[in-house]
Amino acid sequence: MSSAEINKNEVDIVIGALNADLTQFLTSWRPFFSGFHLIVVKDPELKEELNIPEGFDVDVYSKTDMEKVVGASNSTMFSGYSCRYFGYLVSKKKYIVSIDDDCVPAKDPKGFLVDAVSQHVFNLENPATPLFFNTLYDPYCEGADFVRGYPFSLRSGVPCAASCGLWLNLADLDAPTQALKTEQRNTSYVDAVMTVPAKAMLPISGINIAFNRELVGPAMVPALRIAGEGKVRWETLEDVWCGMCLKHISDHLGYGVKTGMPYVWRNERGDAVESLRKKWEGMKLMEKSVPFFDSLKLPETALKVEDCVIELAKAVKEQLGSDDPAFTQAADAMVKWVQLWNSVNSSG
Amino acid sequence: MVEPANTVGIPVNHMPLLKDELDIVIPTIRNLDFLEMWRPFLQPYHLIIVQDGDPSKTIAVPEGFDYELYNRNDINRILGPKASCISFKDSACRCFGYMVSKKKYIFTIDDDCFVAKDPSGKAVNALEQHIKNLLCPSSPFFFNTLYDPYREGADYVRGYPFSLREGVSTAVSHGLWLNIPDYDAPTQLVKPKERNTRYVDAVMTIPKGTLFPMCGMNLAFDRELIGPAMYFGLMGDGQPIGRYDDMWAGWCVKVICDHLGLGVKTGLPYIYHSKASNPFVNLKKEYKGIFWQEDIIPFFQSAKLSKEAVTVQQCYMELSKMVKEKLSAIDPYFDKLADAMVTWIEAWDELNPPTKA
Repeated sequence: MSSAEINKNEVDIVIGALNADLTQFLTSWRPFFSGFHLIVVKDPELKEELNIPEGFDVDVYSKTDMEKVVGASNSTMFSGYSCRYFGYLVSKKKYIVSIDDDCVPAKDPKGFLVDAVSQHVFNLENPATPLFFNTLYDPYCEGADFVRGYPFSLRSGVPCAASCGLWLNLADLDAPTQALKTEQRNTSYVDAVMTVPAKAMLPISGINIAFNRELVGPAMVPALRIAGEGKVRWETLEDVWCGMCLKHISDHLGYGVKTGMPYVWRNERGDAVESLRKKWEGMKLMEKSVPFFDSLKLPETALKVEDCVIELAKAVKEQLGSDDPAFTQAADAMVKWVQLWNSVNSSG
Repeated sequence: MVEPANTVGIPVNHMPLLKDELDIVIPTIRNLDFLEMWRPFLQPYHLIIVQDGDPSKTIAVPEGFDYELYNRNDINRILGPKASCISFKDSACRCFGYMVSKKKYIFTIDDDCFVAKDPSGKAVNALEQHIKNLLCPSSPFFFNTLYDPYREGADYVRGYPFSLREGVSTAVSHGLWLNIPDYDAPTQLVKPKERNTRYVDAVMTIPKGTLFPMCGMNLAFDRELIGPAMYFGLMGDGQPIGRYDDMWAGWCVKVICDHLGLGVKTGLPYIYHSKASNPFVNLKKEYKGIFWQEDIIPFFQSAKLSKEAVTVQQCYMELSKMVKEKLSAIDPYFDKLADAMVTWIEAWDELNPPTKA
């Protein structure tokens, strides 16, 4: 599997710029980003000019561009880490690969740099197997297959909606965990991709993710903002909420979500203890979200992704709205997102 | 190419975890030479050998191992008419070993499984890893993307609900195989040369509500938590099917574990599987299973146990009734199997009378 086999015209690489200087980031990814079209979206609250090195096929969107497309009142939806969703909105490609700007390519156990883009696209292009667990993990990769006892009728798999990658060095742990284990770094390179089973919930991290935009774009909702949301991942939950929605909708529509490789190398940014000083709202919201998603059943009539998002937003408002205003805002944002998606993409 | 570990020179483990609380159950028809290679890791433990096939044959056990051995005559003597539930001429007979054990934990391994090497070349102490898996909680209600959060260097990721971080008790530890992978006959016929060389350095909990194909080659479980559900069915001599013993047990076990809030893990440890069985022989054994599993899987996926089923035995008896009701239509075999499931529980309870703590 090499990037030569990927149709680069089907992929957009979307980068949310929370840092102004993207030189180190883009230079380190150059071997794997070159030949691809990049969409860089600047956090509307970032004041400095972006510094982007030469040699990339890149479109840059800043606050003014955002406001032209979605209106001034809606640009707040795309602040902070959520700026990348604007890139998802305006992209015209089939696949999106999105990596946080504090990550660089990781090395595999043999010492080779990991081509995260190729691995993500490979994951997306091959079927997922959410209906029965394969104990040898991804049956479609070289040297593996379905094991004895795996039903034959389930071996053609289903379309893969998302590919969730992982992180070496600084794993995506929450603030309390990282603050407690200040020296802990993830050195474990697990050589596997697997499908997360249907009905199983998981925390999807936005740090290193790819998805099939044509299949599930409208389900990638920038919706949940915790009070005091910050510019470090320890102070956000937007991706975890988006992931819960995405997984639920994928399960409902019969799509799959994969997790595992590729790895990226995540660098230090921020201070877990500092983040801990803020009241960690995310914890409370997750506790409420879990039983909600666990018991939620989308109506059989919801057959399109957009309809699923609308139904989900309705349920969030009805069942969680009274628990915390953040949920009501999330529900409203989900509806707004679908409206924006339809209006931006109808002319495409 | 992957090779087994060379364990010559590795000293016998002087601090064997759970030495007096774990039995190793090995079904065999030939000999136990493979134990020589496992000596450093397994010698401190008690073995239960279930000898299948001709009971007049003598099975040679390498010196220094503490064991009890049961052949078909012993099984008939101990169980009387209930011996009908124990398969003959099939490794499914191993579950008799689970029944007669008096220990809390069981490790079962096939006699063609050698010690594997990890990527650094070190010999893998599979039993030690199984024990670690069983002694640490499972996390079936929410998938952790960094896999087993209790492993050194890992933890729960951002977004993982705190209320679920205590985990639940682990009932089963399902290990994997390097070299000859556990493929079914059709796959073996299409890919006779494929070898599993990929060492995936992870243990994970299989989420609640998800079924999996449980292989009995390299398996450990908490007998007190789930033992009565580990019935390996009617296979082999006189039966229309084979090579579905562990699969059947795995589906029953997972439904019951999900119902009782117990965890099932899969992943490490690896063993080195040395022998590929004859794919044509396998195809004959599996043939019916390949079609039947298309109905069996939806059956287990939709199986709902009642609130009143609170012990493993109660769950298993309910399952046996459901098998009789819903699967007999596929083939009369399932009627017999349902009866055998009941016989198994009766035999289990006879040999393992409940003791008040």
